[in-house]
Amino acid sequence: MKILVPVKRVVDFNVQIRVKGDGSGVDLARVKMSMNPFDEIAIEEAVRLQEAGKATEVVLVSIGPAEAAETIRTGLSMGADRGILIRSEAPVEPLAVAKLLRAVVEEEGPGLIILGKQAIDDDSNQTGQMLAALLGWAQATFASKLEVDGAYFKVTREVDGGLQTVRLKGPAIVTTDLRLNEPRYATLPNIMKAKKKPIVERAADLYGVDLAPRLEVLRTTEPPGRKAGVKVKDVAELVSKLRNEAGVI
Amino acid sequence: MTTLLIAEHDHASLKDVTNKALTAAAQLGAPVDVLVAGENAGGAAEAAAKLKGVAKVLLADSPAYAHDLAEPLAALIRSLAPGYDAFVAPATSRFKNVMPRVAALLDVMQVSEIIKVVAPDTFERPIYAGNAIQTVKSRDAKKVITVRTSTFAATGDGGSAPVEAVAAAADPGLSSFVGEAVAKNNRPELSSARIIVSGGRGMRSRANFTKYLEPLADKLGAGVGASRAAVDAGYAPNDWQVGQTGKVVAPDLYIAIGISGAIQHLAGMKDSKVIVAINKDGDAPIFQVADYGLVADLYQAVPELTEELGKLGR
Repeated sequence: MKILVPVKRVVDFNVQIRVKGDGSGVDLARVKMSMNPFDEIAIEEAVRLQEAGKATEVVLVSIGPAEAAETIRTGLSMGADRGILIRSEAPVEPLAVAKLLRAVVEEEGPGLIILGKQAIDDDSNQTGQMLAALLGWAQATFASKLEVDGAYFKVTREVDGGLQTVRLKGPAIVTTDLRLNEPRYATLPNIMKAKKKPIVERAADLYGVDLAPRLEVLRTTEPPGRKAGVKVKDVAELVSKLRNEAGVI
Repeated sequence: MTTLLIAEHDHASLKDVTNKALTAAAQLGAPVDVLVAGENAGGAAEAAAKLKGVAKVLLADSPAYAHDLAEPLAALIRSLAPGYDAFVAPATSRFKNVMPRVAALLDVMQVSEIIKVVAPDTFERPIYAGNAIQTVKSRDAKKVITVRTSTFAATGDGGSAPVEAVAAAADPGLSSFVGEAVAKNNRPELSSARIIVSGGRGMRSRANFTKYLEPLADKLGAGVGASRAAVDAGYAPNDWQVGQTGKVVAPDLYIAIGISGAIQHLAGMKDSKVIVAINKDGDAPIFQVADYGLVADLYQAVPELTEELGKLGR
């Protein structure tokens, strides 16, 4: 079984982003970029399945600018076998991403696709579900445990109120939650080896997918700030403020 | 022009997030029908029929909808699509799972976790863990929308809509339910709690949550939350997690105890009306958003706070 793992290059999760003054977007110039943290978890899971003899090959795919090749290279140094970069300078929405991925799936024929549950830039949480719909495959989102069970997958999902376990008929789509695994760090020898692994590059417009955004971004603004608070000296003062000033207890 | 609101419920009754999502759905300006899909869900359908402003309730009662599986539920909503221009659901784990599947079946982009309806086709939504607000205009003929319910007021009763049974859609048979582990918790649900007491890495153990934090929550009738650090360390179950990757809450009072205030945590609670921080590190970022900050050792301050509240008769 081949596993396909889509990965996204995003602003590093530790960066405090800055909204541009003219409302045109978030300032991404000279900001540290990294792989979306949920995608690292997806690669880790795929590589573990390969190490356990349940998968034959792990293929990464990223849609984005030339720099997204670095993101793929990071994943190759974690143990994935090869990469596909679909070049697009303009941002691509989840629906169009899902359509491009469907085309890759038709070429590659994976038995399992593992994606992150959401990208930490647009916070959409859509691509995996949309790809499952387009392919007519089963889906298990927010996975915290994944087991291969013959032609089926048994997945434990993090849901409001607890955990739910479902069984999917393969081929299937799984999206990762934080507690699925702890992604490994790439070692220096593996980083060197990853430099020799192949990355195929193609232009997004070759796939015949309409990439025009369906959601027009009118403006991007800072969230309303909070009024500066006060420090209280002890518990008695805190209780008094909550009761008499804020009126919440 | 009609809007279909998909209800969150536990079959017998509606969940509070449905009443809040109804407020957002009504702001689209069209009549709102409510879909209740479940097994033996007549109780939830009756409750939906009483909500103010609901035109009609559709009840799809079938074992196929007993366990929140995405494939049959998406097929059902799609089968109802010809009669509706907008599909709205609260952004709970159930509908984060199913609505993008519906959107792709309809070939439209979903608008995720809206916090404001600007116009029937224009919405505000947070991006970058709530550090920016984007205003987007949908060009799609049909809208698929999930609602961040913490920013909308609940709609009350005052309606008497008819309940109509609708047929289940063909089940694609791609997945099946194996089991569930529901966390036992007699406290208010985080998404609707008026007060939340939340613990972080500073709690240092599961036993300390039980010993220090839970008595305070019980005294206040509060829900209990946790930071990702506390959940990852095993101090708290994962469905307590508040943040970008957990639940987003906006209670009247949020008490953050031993929580430093990472960006990802703030994304889940910074719309709370009043925020209190108790932390021994006076430079912790949580104090930048706290209305009231107490720099103190939580192992002294929390029992003292619980006791003070007791004196007030809570």
